[in-house]
Amino acid sequence: MDATPPPFEPMHRLADAVRRKARSAEELVRGCLDRISTLDGGLGSFREVYEQRGIERARAIDAAIAAGEDPGPLAGVPLAVKDVLATDFGRTSAGSRFLEDYRSPFTATAVQRLENAGAIVIGKTNCDEFAMGSSTEHCAFGAVRNPWDMNRVPGGSSGGSAAAVAAGLVPAALGSDTGGSIRQPASFCNIVGLKPSYGRISRWGLIAFGSSLDQIGCLTRSVQDAALLFMLMSGPDGRDSTCADIHLNNPLERLDEPIDGLRVAVPRQYLDDRNDPGVNEVINAAIDVYRGLGAEIVPVELPLTDYAVATYYIIAPAEASANLARYDGIRYGRRATMSPGDDLSALYAASRSEGFGAEVQRRIMLGTYVLSAGYYDAYYRRAMQIRRLIKGEFDAVFESCHAILGPVAPKPAFPLGARPDPLSMYLGDVFTAITNIAGHCAMSIPAGFAACDGRDLPVGLHLQAKAFDEGTLLRAARMFEAATDDHGRMPPVPGRDA
Amino acid sequence: MSEVLSEQAVRQVAKLARLRLTDEQVRIYRRQLEEVLGHLDTLGRIDVDGIEPMAHPLALTNHLQDDVVGPSLLPATLLGMAPAVEDAWMVAPKVMGEEGS
Repeated sequence: MDATPPPFEPMHRLADAVRRKARSAEELVRGCLDRISTLDGGLGSFREVYEQRGIERARAIDAAIAAGEDPGPLAGVPLAVKDVLATDFGRTSAGSRFLEDYRSPFTATAVQRLENAGAIVIGKTNCDEFAMGSSTEHCAFGAVRNPWDMNRVPGGSSGGSAAAVAAGLVPAALGSDTGGSIRQPASFCNIVGLKPSYGRISRWGLIAFGSSLDQIGCLTRSVQDAALLFMLMSGPDGRDSTCADIHLNNPLERLDEPIDGLRVAVPRQYLDDRNDPGVNEVINAAIDVYRGLGAEIVPVELPLTDYAVATYYIIAPAEASANLARYDGIRYGRRATMSPGDDLSALYAASRSEGFGAEVQRRIMLGTYVLSAGYYDAYYRRAMQIRRLIKGEFDAVFESCHAILGPVAPKPAFPLGARPDPLSMYLGDVFTAITNIAGHCAMSIPAGFAACDGRDLPVGLHLQAKAFDEGTLLRAARMFEAATDDHGRMPPVPGRDA
Repeated sequence: MSEVLSEQAVRQVAKLARLRLTDEQVRIYRRQLEEVLGHLDTLGRIDVDGIEPMAHPLALTNHLQDDVVGPSLLPATLLGMAPAVEDAWMVAPKVMGEEGS
């Protein structure tokens, strides 16, 4: 019997145990359902749980194994998915009152591919409304809390997924990342978060926020689990024309092979004194780890980092304002009660004002403003020009370096309610949003802890690699993971050792 | 780039965005959006002369698919999601309102 309780065990080991009949899928699903029912009341990470469906699917997988079939590399692994991924069971609400009772008639490609590989979706996790936020406080169904400190945010927007994995409620979860929404909560909760390159995973069934930025990814307890989920979700899909048909070598095959002559770029802008000193300390120690592994540390300049937030908060709201125009109160979702004489415009405005929370309203207005006549050139067009310059800066670094290293966020998890002003929240996205602007791949891996108000709070190491080179990204991450042990630390959740 | 954002401008943007705001919301959003726009204006420091705008990180071309009939969602499924339906139609108020009818 393994010493680690099943919910904290790496997913690939759980699947292996099910395939070997050392554990049953039903046992795994019931174990997760029990933990959710015992522990999630305080965390609030789940929007809804699919108990009956989960147990039925688990029994079907156990029956298939008993009959000599192989249900796939994720056999019986319980999985949670962020509430922005459509499933043809349960509700898909995007953390919004507008879609509170929306039931999708289809399932997202990424989710379907994982279930086809044997995974069992046991619930949807809470997120910031339409994935707009960095704390999961902007969720219509209640804020999610950080298992490392229940008075702090888990990060966002995939905060429910991060909290659920960190607390051992599920071995892995899916998220989406438009400006850091997988990596920042992974960093705040001491787990692994992977944002693949734009175009690697089909966005079909992902509720759209910023269509040139959105990418589905995963939150896991190990780099190997991230590589496994990534590989299974990737690949072209006729339903998403932006999903690229670019060959992917199986990242698992060489995952444990250290990269010879690894060159790691460290931009001066990533470690300045605007960061929390504890964060810089952890990242400097991570640099020493890589140096100790024989990597060459290459100081570089990425001066446009200072303009990342401004560029992102033009492009993302502009795209969001267009994407969210579909919520009209006519075809699906919330419809306001009408007064006699109200016309179509009045119905749109009433339904949207009732259905959208404040952050979504702000972003739609910001997007509408920067796209409006008279401001388009000064904001949106200029941001797209700077986007090209930003991509150029990264391309130049990736010509001579395998990876770029830095912190995921300037500060660790902050207390609930500590960033009431939108700009103060946006500025925390500086290191992550720039990746989505340029479109390459990146991940957050547990790197250590920073002392903050008498608490040890997790700090994530941000690794970035060039577009469609997830193999290098994952190997570089695995080298660090194998040389350190912070990924093994578990949060002080009651019942953990039960 | 930006002038100071007026409440009138906020109301106009809300109208374009099909949002109905209370006076209190107008006051709050005006202050918050003005602060954000002030930060966005820092982009004015960057020389972008002659730089081609980049709308998308991938150099994409249109993907063409064969025009083949495939499975699709049934009308009843889609109508079942609409908040108001009559027979095979989704119900909406008049486009132009009473005075335009």
